[in-house]
Amino acid sequence: MSAAGQRLGQLALVLPLVLFLGVFFVWPLFSVLEQAVSDPVVSRHLPATAAASAAWDRTSAPPAEMQQALVRDLRAIDDDQVLGDLVRRLNSAQPGFRTLMRKTVSAARAGGGPLDLAELDPRWREVPFWRAIADATNPYTDRNLLAAVDLQRDTSGAVTIIPEGESANRAILLRTFLVAATVTLATCLIGLPYAMLVASSAGWRRQLLLAAVLLPLWTSLLVRTTAWYILLQDQGLINSTLSALGLTARPLPLLFNRTGVIIAMTHVLLPFMVLPIYSVLIAIPKNLVPAAASLGAGPIRAFVHVLLPLTLRGIASGALLVFMAALGYYITPALIGGPKDQMISSVIAFYATGSANWGMAGALGIVLLAATLVLYGIYGRLSAANTTRA
Amino acid sequence: MLRAGRFLFGAATVLFLLAPLIAILPLAFTSSSLLTYPINHLSTRWFEELATAEAWHRSIVNSLIVGAGTTVLATVLGTLAALGLRRRITFGAALRTLFLLPMVVPAVVLGIGLQILLARLALANTYAAVIVAHTVVAVPFVLVSIAASLDGIDPQVERAAASLGAAPARVFLLVTMPLAMPGILSGAALAFATSLDEVVLTLFVAGPNQLTLARQMFSSIRENISPVIVAAAFLFIIGTVLVGGLLIAVRQRSIRTAAMP
Repeated sequence: MSAAGQRLGQLALVLPLVLFLGVFFVWPLFSVLEQAVSDPVVSRHLPATAAASAAWDRTSAPPAEMQQALVRDLRAIDDDQVLGDLVRRLNSAQPGFRTLMRKTVSAARAGGGPLDLAELDPRWREVPFWRAIADATNPYTDRNLLAAVDLQRDTSGAVTIIPEGESANRAILLRTFLVAATVTLATCLIGLPYAMLVASSAGWRRQLLLAAVLLPLWTSLLVRTTAWYILLQDQGLINSTLSALGLTARPLPLLFNRTGVIIAMTHVLLPFMVLPIYSVLIAIPKNLVPAAASLGAGPIRAFVHVLLPLTLRGIASGALLVFMAALGYYITPALIGGPKDQMISSVIAFYATGSANWGMAGALGIVLLAATLVLYGIYGRLSAANTTRA
Repeated sequence: MLRAGRFLFGAATVLFLLAPLIAILPLAFTSSSLLTYPINHLSTRWFEELATAEAWHRSIVNSLIVGAGTTVLATVLGTLAALGLRRRITFGAALRTLFLLPMVVPAVVLGIGLQILLARLALANTYAAVIVAHTVVAVPFVLVSIAASLDGIDPQVERAAASLGAAPARVFLLVTMPLAMPGILSGAALAFATSLDEVVLTLFVAGPNQLTLARQMFSSIRENISPVIVAAAFLFIIGTVLVGGLLIAVRQRSIRTAAMP
């Protein structure tokens, strides 16, 4: 076969998966981004107003032409659902639109000719109402993305921080970060010594220790979470054992709180910490620590100055993997956690399915996606460096 | 002193890793409707409920349908792509990254995107939607598994077959395929396991008629937890052990054949 023909053949083999992932993986992620930044209601349903607003200076009273364009646009809308969407969108930017619009629409529908809006309602004399409409005529917005990290634009268009107490997103992002960091630390504290133990043992002991890591990894995530749900209950095995031993008078609260979430997530993610560290450890020559000892270093000194620096890459890889996976966790916090332990994924799911606020769901999704991809990029660099060194 | 400490730490960690999985299994055979020890009477009533109750029965059938569809689709796409990536190819590194990315992207984000897209394509609430969603996250596992087994094939063997007059298609069918079979089989098993365990994407793309076993377990734990969930978990664990055993057997066999002169 010619080289060109072979290359063509290779492309033909790869193409089906490229197309499949292009349609069902890349496109959905772009749809999420589109949801986050698109704001089509006003531009689609008030087209004449949108066109007229371009000529307005946004500070003086709006020109009569823009006012009459609005009246014409409102007359053209005969779908109450559309009207509801429109009012909701405008009201979120400027409270008061709900009553104002109801009044204006019924007046516009009653008569055919031009309508004196300022006469109808004094609020139409106020610039902020018109500015809210003009702002909303842009089909794209950064409102949701800013709100996802608790920022907003003030009336002059500058980005400001949403005051404490008005939005919970910052608290949720912080909580997600905190839970992920705690789980990463916990898996590291258990995983590093465990990986060292596996690497330093041999024969059936090593097989057993490795199997203990691999078996949970192969077991369904849902099953592992279910197991913790059952064990952590008030009448679960942990509490009943503690009370049978006389250690506790009443059951420890372990389910539907942070403790339970951390325990279960640490269990689920521990293999992702142990395996990268282990693979680095077994590549370290066995005679380095004895060499350090022969030069007079105690076991702790040998560990800190010889073993730990060599293991650092494995620890970093493991920590990145665990942290990245923990950031996006949904099932475990949803089942084991209480309302105060829900992480960003639960909030995204709530916005999407609970309140149908696709804009906010998309914006928070983009924040989570961006954080994950950055971490994955660092991880990729790290493991590429590992292979070139090895 | 140090040895005792090492032993204690090792034992405690193994216990932490394995005990939760083992501790719940006997509860599948309780006759009580509470998930607590001690178990006074053994019974299989929860397995019977799993097999007969409409919602559970249906979810098991759905899981098998979706799992089978995902396995076929992911294995075909993954095998083709792995073959295409075998030799140097333009944008090879970028393609590999793209193919592995579904493992990394948070499931909830992908779930929202798929829900929007599948609704636009008029595929929402269909088996096809669930199979497609599961295939997206299963394909990386298939690809990694098959690529590893293709890497292990000595190109000289294929060249030898070609030099003896075999056409490329014949070389592929009679030489490459059989040698890559262990990787393809473990890829298929991983795809099925991924589909079986998938919850988050299913939450977003499945309609009430496509609820899978994992999805049914997820909502039952939230609404009313009963030993029937442990019975389902028992099936999952048995399935894992079977698939894991199968994979190890296939691998050992391929090592043995490879070792033969």
